[in-house]
Amino acid sequence: MSDSNRSPSPSAAAGSIAAPVPGTSEFLTFKLGAEEYGVEILKVQEIRGYDAVTAIANTPEFIKGVINLRGVIVPIVDLRIKFNLGQVTYDPFTVVIILNIADRVMGVVVDGVSDVLELDAAQIRPAPEFGAGLDTEYIIGLGTAGERMLILVDIERLMTSSEMALVDDAASVH
Amino acid sequence: MSIDMSQFYQVFFEECAEHLANMETLLLELDPAAPDPEQLNAIFRAAHSIKGGAGTFGFSDIARTTHSLETLLDRLRKEELVLRPEMIDAFLQAKDVISDQLARRRGETSSDLDPDAAEVVMKWLDVLAADDPAAVVPAPVQMQVVPPPASPAAPRSRFDISVHDDSVDEAAFAGLLDELRSLGKLEVMSEPEARKPRMSRALRRTWRLVLTAAVAEPALREAFEFVVPARDFEIASVVLDEAPVAAMAAAGGDASATVPASPGTPSAADDGSYGFFTGDSTTLVSATGAAAAAAAPAKTGSEHSSGDDGFGFFDDAPGTPGAPSAGPSDRTAVEDGFGFFDDAPHAPTPAAAPATAADAGSAVAPPASPDAVAPPASPDAVAPVAARVPSVGRRASDQPADAPVRAGRRATDKQVASTGDSASIRVGVEKVDMLMNLVSELVITQSMLMQSASTLDPVSNERLLSGVGLLERNTRDLQEAVMSIRMLPISFVFSRFPRVVRDLASKLGKQVELKTYGESAELDKGLIEKIADPLTHLVRNSLDHGIESPEARIAAGKPATGTITLTAMHQGGSIMIEVSDDGAGLNRERILGKARERGLPAHDAMTDSEVWQLIFEPGFSTAEAITDVSGRGVGMDVVKRNIGEMNGDVSIESSAGRGTRMTIRLPLTMAILDGLSVKVGASTLIIPLNAIVESIRPGREEVRTVGGRARTVAVRGEYLNVIELRRFFSAADAPSAEMPVMVIVDAAGHKAALCVDELLGQHQVVIKSLETNYRKVNGVSGATIMGDGRVALIVDVPGVLRTGNGLANAA
Repeated sequence: MSDSNRSPSPSAAAGSIAAPVPGTSEFLTFKLGAEEYGVEILKVQEIRGYDAVTAIANTPEFIKGVINLRGVIVPIVDLRIKFNLGQVTYDPFTVVIILNIADRVMGVVVDGVSDVLELDAAQIRPAPEFGAGLDTEYIIGLGTAGERMLILVDIERLMTSSEMALVDDAASVH
Repeated sequence: MSIDMSQFYQVFFEECAEHLANMETLLLELDPAAPDPEQLNAIFRAAHSIKGGAGTFGFSDIARTTHSLETLLDRLRKEELVLRPEMIDAFLQAKDVISDQLARRRGETSSDLDPDAAEVVMKWLDVLAADDPAAVVPAPVQMQVVPPPASPAAPRSRFDISVHDDSVDEAAFAGLLDELRSLGKLEVMSEPEARKPRMSRALRRTWRLVLTAAVAEPALREAFEFVVPARDFEIASVVLDEAPVAAMAAAGGDASATVPASPGTPSAADDGSYGFFTGDSTTLVSATGAAAAAAAPAKTGSEHSSGDDGFGFFDDAPGTPGAPSAGPSDRTAVEDGFGFFDDAPHAPTPAAAPATAADAGSAVAPPASPDAVAPPASPDAVAPVAARVPSVGRRASDQPADAPVRAGRRATDKQVASTGDSASIRVGVEKVDMLMNLVSELVITQSMLMQSASTLDPVSNERLLSGVGLLERNTRDLQEAVMSIRMLPISFVFSRFPRVVRDLASKLGKQVELKTYGESAELDKGLIEKIADPLTHLVRNSLDHGIESPEARIAAGKPATGTITLTAMHQGGSIMIEVSDDGAGLNRERILGKARERGLPAHDAMTDSEVWQLIFEPGFSTAEAITDVSGRGVGMDVVKRNIGEMNGDVSIESSAGRGTRMTIRLPLTMAILDGLSVKVGASTLIIPLNAIVESIRPGREEVRTVGGRARTVAVRGEYLNVIELRRFFSAADAPSAEMPVMVIVDAAGHKAALCVDELLGQHQVVIKSLETNYRKVNGVSGATIMGDGRVALIVDVPGVLRTGNGLANAA
């Protein structure tokens, strides 16, 4: 997080955003394979390494299990498996982003965290309809920063969706 | 702002609930024959606190009810009224009404709430409170001291009373009439035509009454003034009996019959040896107090402490009539050091009694001559002083010089001892949980440090190692201390039962005494809340089915009064709660018969304990008649299930004709579980110890297949389904280890063998919810953090059995 020391934008919008954000927002960017993603920085609690995950049986493959985060049991989702991107390997450099969404704490495994970017409304474009893969329902928009294109994910909506099977009311897997 | 207010509401509700519970306990302890003034004061304080809070928040209904309650209590503790059993009933009902009102304010709707209940109770209280002090007090005194009605101390008078008022509250008036009847002979010469039973409309027209009783006219007037405006009644009196009125005043403890006890009063001057010390010239001493004061030393021969300047106390050796009230009064004396007029303890009545006894022989009476009877001036102020006198006097006798200081300190000690929980703070449960989390993290960190340090050279790192050792001890102490925060004494649950038993016993016409032991045993707050209902059910059951009617008991050679005993005690890591009765015991034949009737597996060779377990079957009841108390057969199965949910169990011992004992065993806390850690594949699982029957390592040939796939193992003549935890908890379909271990588990009577790779050890684990951040997982009841910081899942045995048996059958 050494490169996250930018001064927070005074107009940084909080809360769940489905439409392009007025003003500017800060996003934590991370990589899944060759693609670059961004999640709203205010949803991020911390970033830590990947270790000691206890597997839970009869769960989708992308739910790696639970970890002990300072006494709190936190489920871990591997977004690489979920989106079928990148090399699914676990080593000391594997990164887990701990998110604070919908009053819950969850962790997502990604390929690597890049930096924190400040984007204004003009830099965020609506995403076109895709055929498959990540549903546009979970995409706030596509952000442009220089040559880079960021896929801005509505992480709260994604993680609480029934297809992630992370929350109880959506748990109809069994 | 509104959020702030609701926060305060919550605090008020909690406090209120505590006060009410406290009040109920005290009320049930209260002995109508000899009320402890300290208890009355405590009840009054509780009511007062509720009223104050309710007023502040604008809960006018609660405030009104409490006010009525408080009015009556106030008169009781000031000794203006004598406690009677029906008052206690009224208090209890008022308490229920306040609880209901509180529940409504909390937003809990109680369907069976009678909207008029509050009005009815308030009226009842008001009637009781309206009773006349002079009219009531003499009654017990006469009983104790002078045989009525031929009391030499009681001048019998005839009063012709006429009351004409059309705004009289009939209920209050009826109460007054009852009171008058208790005093002497009451004849109702005429009464209004439209008179109807209590609670009807206001009275009209005129009452004419003739009362013949040993009462002073001013006192009688006062009694009426409470109910009827002064202009609306007339009293004409004729003294029938020439006994001195003064003696009667002393006997009656009549608060209105007071004398200003200035130094110039002849009796005080003449009877100096009686220690009637009046240094404080503003103090009013009632005739009663004076009489008691005089009588006490006279009887015991103790010295007075006339050198005790400025305090106006006199010597009163322990054991004198005033002494019994002295102890309990200390506390109030300290609470408001100068507020001698605020709190009114108990002394006058008992003190007055010996005074009356003594009055024939001793010259006590003179100060209270008929002329000296003052107009009813501030009875409130007078009675407390009279009460104070003996109480502080005993302290003064210890060491006059520093008596007040010593008395104060001692009383404070006593107060701390008697209300040990007074110094407490209110903390949200989530804060405590957070603290527990942090501490368990600390424990893990500490054990990691310990592990790293163990590889260091003990000589060159001596200081570091001793520091780590110290850290370990401190951490453990800290963990224990934090755990104890959530613990509450079981008296929180037990305290409700005196009321339950009292109400139910009177409803069923049985005589039952409740004994409780081990109320200080502590268990987790969460369990305290959950154990209350099952325990109530067991107690009601014991009362209804266990204890016989008084006739049946006498016929069986037992005392008419049955006993229900509640006992709590610690045993290892669990708490045992016993509900035992000395009733008829369970009827083996009837249970077996009923079981066969219901098609349950029952045969005559079953052991007693197996037979008793049958009553936990759903819908099982042997009661011949269904009452509204019990007998519908719902309950015992629910009790067993509820207790099972708390990881506890319940067992029964019973002996025909001698009684039944039901024992509930619970873990001390929901947050901690005794578990067996097992290795399954690569993961560690915790199986709750209370579900485990035994662990075996069967030979290969003992595990057989049924229908090709499903496996079964024979254990002590039973074929048990084998559930492969490996298959249940990991996707790996690989066969289990060479020599698997079978853990035989029992959940709600269903047994199965869980196949695991290895037993690791037994632990006490802290239960963490998976659902906080994740969701319910099939076959997992929770998670815990092991010593190495990893998460281990706790096996939900009933869940695994349900699914596992299904899996095995499907496979």
